[in-house]
Amino acid sequence: MNLTLKIWRQKSPKDKGRLVTYMAKGISPDMSFLEMLDTINRDLILKGDDPVAFEHDCREGICGSCGFMVSGQAHGPLKGTTVCQLHMRHFTDGDTLVLEPWRAKAFPIIKDLVVDRSALDRIIIAGGFVSVDTGSAPEANALLTPKDNAEIAMDAAACIGCGACVASCKNASAMLFVGAKVSQLALLPQGQPERERRALSLVTSMDDAGFGNCTNESECEAACPKEISVRNIARLNREFLRASFSHPAK
Amino acid sequence: MALDAKIPEGPLDKKWDRYRFEVKLVNPANKRKFDILVVGTGLAGASAAASLAELGYKVKAFCLQDSPRRAHSIAAQGGINAAKNYANDGDSVHRLFYDTIKGGDFRAREGNVHRLAEVSGNIIDQCVAQGVPFAREYGGLLQTRSFGGAQLSRTFYARGQTGQQLLLGAYGALMRQVANGQVELYPRHEMLDLVVVEGVARGIITRNLLDGEVEVHTGHAVVLATGGYTNVFYLSTNAASCNVTATWRACRRGAFFANPCYTQIHPTCIPVHGEHQSKLTLMSESLRNDGRVWVPKTPGDKRPAEALPEEDRDYFLERKYPSFGNLVPRDVASRNAKQVCDEGKGVGETGRAVYLDFADAIKRDGEDAIREQYGNLFDMYERITGENAYKMPMRIYPAPHYAMGGLWVDYNLMSNLPGLFVLGEANFSDHGANRLGASALMQGLADGYFILPYTIGGYLVGASLPAVSPDHDAVKEAKAAASERVHQLLALQGKRTVDEFHRELGLLLWNRCGMSRNEAGLQEAKEKIPQIREEFWQNATVLGSDGELNQVLERAGRVADFLEFGELLVEDALHRHESCGSHFREESQTPENEALRDDENFAYVAAWEYQGVGQSSRLHKESLQFEDVKPATRSYK
Repeated sequence: MNLTLKIWRQKSPKDKGRLVTYMAKGISPDMSFLEMLDTINRDLILKGDDPVAFEHDCREGICGSCGFMVSGQAHGPLKGTTVCQLHMRHFTDGDTLVLEPWRAKAFPIIKDLVVDRSALDRIIIAGGFVSVDTGSAPEANALLTPKDNAEIAMDAAACIGCGACVASCKNASAMLFVGAKVSQLALLPQGQPERERRALSLVTSMDDAGFGNCTNESECEAACPKEISVRNIARLNREFLRASFSHPAK
Repeated sequence: MALDAKIPEGPLDKKWDRYRFEVKLVNPANKRKFDILVVGTGLAGASAAASLAELGYKVKAFCLQDSPRRAHSIAAQGGINAAKNYANDGDSVHRLFYDTIKGGDFRAREGNVHRLAEVSGNIIDQCVAQGVPFAREYGGLLQTRSFGGAQLSRTFYARGQTGQQLLLGAYGALMRQVANGQVELYPRHEMLDLVVVEGVARGIITRNLLDGEVEVHTGHAVVLATGGYTNVFYLSTNAASCNVTATWRACRRGAFFANPCYTQIHPTCIPVHGEHQSKLTLMSESLRNDGRVWVPKTPGDKRPAEALPEEDRDYFLERKYPSFGNLVPRDVASRNAKQVCDEGKGVGETGRAVYLDFADAIKRDGEDAIREQYGNLFDMYERITGENAYKMPMRIYPAPHYAMGGLWVDYNLMSNLPGLFVLGEANFSDHGANRLGASALMQGLADGYFILPYTIGGYLVGASLPAVSPDHDAVKEAKAAASERVHQLLALQGKRTVDEFHRELGLLLWNRCGMSRNEAGLQEAKEKIPQIREEFWQNATVLGSDGELNQVLERAGRVADFLEFGELLVEDALHRHESCGSHFREESQTPENEALRDDENFAYVAAWEYQGVGQSSRLHKESLQFEDVKPATRSYK
């Protein structure tokens, strides 16, 4: 199949950037989207042109490296799928696709489709963990965890930190990312001692990084390649409110 | 040079205890005076960096990804072994030890493997305390399952994403130490060389992948946790950025590379479908718990799966290995799949695939039960192939997956270069010639959480380590050499892409040094690799400049190192005239085509000393002593 691609090209963070049109010819429906970009890049390299920079690593939907907008949708049109796992059989011969980087104030563009997502790491540094030193853990079966809670915690913990939730939100909010981490640990007995502290500090860190607020559009859930539920945002709101009233530091 | 593994004296089950008592301790107030450089932030690197920082050491952690959370450990699916015996099915530290030694075809050290089994339970405790959401029973206790190569239920798991959850646990521990100011984080930094000062590892040279800056970092010890080299095959289950550069550059600086020919080919991967393919996708081998592997009985039978009645099917693993059946270890499962395909019984368009069939399990347990256990894997299969595995059998074929070989280390996890510690997949490790399923995560975390924190102290307290000035000749030389190499790569203005060379090397190795190897094929590979390398340095093309994000340049450096390392891989395979574990030499097999080991001549670790590009490496042997177990023919029948 043949496609027309309009790809955002931007040489550096300071460069202005623009959409450039490329033709993708002889694309096999069995190719992944990134393999299709590989062929475009191969042609560009052999012509002596700078290939399109995009992030990718595992190419099996788990590392969270890849991600860009495909015609306005984060990771493209297929539900619950990262762009590395999106295959060309979901497109039609003759389609025109627009590829743009994640757009968010907290994710400055580095080059072409590559953005800086270190703000997500900074949120975790603010307390997205359980404080336990190596060696000091009690016997694993000493703390019982109801299976249902463990399952919901796992649903939240499946987040790959790709940033699609931020990119698809009109407010560039990171509430789904933060909600997933706060939920996971709030649902487990191990997370209880720092529960309030964590909710407060993660939200503060999210605000400081320049992410917007949530206005309940649920675009994040629709775009999330791991289909993380907006219930986690509701739980984050509850945890934040609860902590605001009860945390001794407040 | 005599290789001393420094295994403590005494009975096997007292060695680690004894070591911990005898090792010298670093005064807590002195720990902050030691700078430790940890390269790689996967399970081994992140757990080591966090644990060392908790002890009070000053740590710098480096990774080439944009975030430490993206290291390739994240992609491990199936689970992590531990000798907890929660299932009450007869497990014990000794049994996990024995299974691992046997699974590795008696090519690993007893002392190391026993220690690994001893700490396996602590790892689960640690991860649970971090909030890793392992699978649970309704009573709230942890759930386990059986896994390839084991007859016990000792594998803990978090759906099909165990590696992700364990890594996020270790990443959380690491980020906590970043918050505490104990760890300085260097994401998007790639190690280009090791700095060796008077025979001691004292630093690394890195390149900042965003602006091209070549930097020097010095410290009191260097810890490499940079993963495996299976991407040397180009098509593998590894992430695109997995590479051999850090360990190969250390080897060029004098660290010995051990057993490079032990490369694991994983039996349950989605088959190759076209020339444009960039990677192979693994399907967790937990699928073999319920899926049955088969091919048509008659070569060339092209009827679709549903048209083949039971009597025309060959469930070859169940037939040949009745006691383990579909759960035989990976090397055995892979080799048998290759064999039936070579006989013309392979299925699918290319004939290089076998069926993995869930029809019986669905009939027995219902589709919902199978969906609950393997749903994400079935979804992934459908995403890639467009086929629904609830309705028709999956097609699978083996693919390169894991490197048992790596830098040689002693019991302290220190290489022959003092001050250079190597953890996880990057070392030659505890898996011998074949790794059992769910043991990689165990080893990575054991090394980082529970072994290195003890052993590194013993080294630091006894070593004389004066500060290294940035003006030291060794530092200046290493930095200049790394910069020069970047410029050489950027000067390449040929007609072929870097990826083409990588693909050519990979295909050659896959055909000649893959699941099955012979003298003639290995000789051919040995002759061809230098030719590919030579052409690379003349005809590859690398665009762009040094002072920016340049992904082609990054790949070029990694491929150039694979082109040197590949030769060593072949040399090791060529010299080992026996079959053991994943290394199957066609000249050495039993009448039933099983691997035939030669303990008399090859019961040793092959540690190779670099002698120069294109020169044969020098072989050092560490003989393997078995005091507790008796090496036997590995049988899964």
